[in-house]
Amino acid sequence: MTIRNEMNLSFESRSCNEGFARSAVGAFVAQMDPTVGELNELRTAVSEAVTNCVVHAYRNTIGIIRINVKLTADNTVIVRIHDSGVGIEDIRQAMEPLYTTAPAEERAGLGFAVMQSFADSVHVRSKPLKGTTVTLRKTFSRRLSHG
Amino acid sequence: MNPNISMEEDTLKVQLYGEIDHHAAKNIREMTDTFIQQNHPRQVKLDFSHVSFMDSSGIGLIMGRYRMMSLCGGTLRVVNVPESLRKMMTLSGLDALQIIERRELPYDHS
Repeated sequence: MTIRNEMNLSFESRSCNEGFARSAVGAFVAQMDPTVGELNELRTAVSEAVTNCVVHAYRNTIGIIRINVKLTADNTVIVRIHDSGVGIEDIRQAMEPLYTTAPAEERAGLGFAVMQSFADSVHVRSKPLKGTTVTLRKTFSRRLSHG
Repeated sequence: MNPNISMEEDTLKVQLYGEIDHHAAKNIREMTDTFIQQNHPRQVKLDFSHVSFMDSSGIGLIMGRYRMMSLCGGTLRVVNVPESLRKMMTLSGLDALQIIERRELPYDHS
C-alpha cells in the first residue's frame, strides 16, 4: 500500500469543531476527485466518529481529538480518529444499532451503523480509561480522466 | 444557522438551514420545543429543503419531535428531503413511520 499524501489534525472536543473536522477532511480528500456522493458519505462518517468523541469519550470535559488521513495510490482514503477519553467497555454492544448511553440528549444510537454504511470498513480499538481509535476506509470509484 | 419557525393555522412550520449535526441540533431542538410548548400546534412540519448535510443527530432530532407530537395526539411531517439525505433517512428506519415526504404533499384537512 503506497501512501500518496498524508495529513494530521488535532483540535479540542468542542461540539462547534464537528463541522470543522468533517470539512477539513473533506477538503483534503477532494484532491482524489471523489463524486459529490462519495465525499458526502465520508464527511458523514467522520462527523459520526468525531461526535462520539465529543459526546462520549470526553463527556463533561474537553480533551484533544486527533485525526490522521492517508490517501493511497489505489484511490483509498484511510481516516483515523483518535481520542484519549473514557474508552469503550464493550465494543460489540456499542456498535449495535439503536444502542446508546445518551438517550436524554436524543442520540439515536446510529453512529456506528452510519459509519459502517457510509464507509467501506470501520475498525475500532479501545481501552477503558485510555481512549479509542476508529479507523474508516473508503475507496473512491475511478473516474475517467478529463480530456 | 437558526431555523425559521412560524405558525400557520394549526401547523408549526420549521424551515431548517445548512448542516445539521450534534452541535446544530441542540439549538434547533431548543427553539422548536419552545414554540411547540407555547403554541400547541396540531401538526409540526420540518422542512429540509435547505439542508445541505445531516448526520445521525438529525435522526435523533426527528425522532424526538415525533415522540413529542405523538404524546399530545399531534402529527409530525418531514418534507422536502433532498436526495443527498435519502440514504440516512432509509438507514434510520424512519421510512417505516411514513412521515417523510420527498416533496411537500398537499395537507389533508379532513
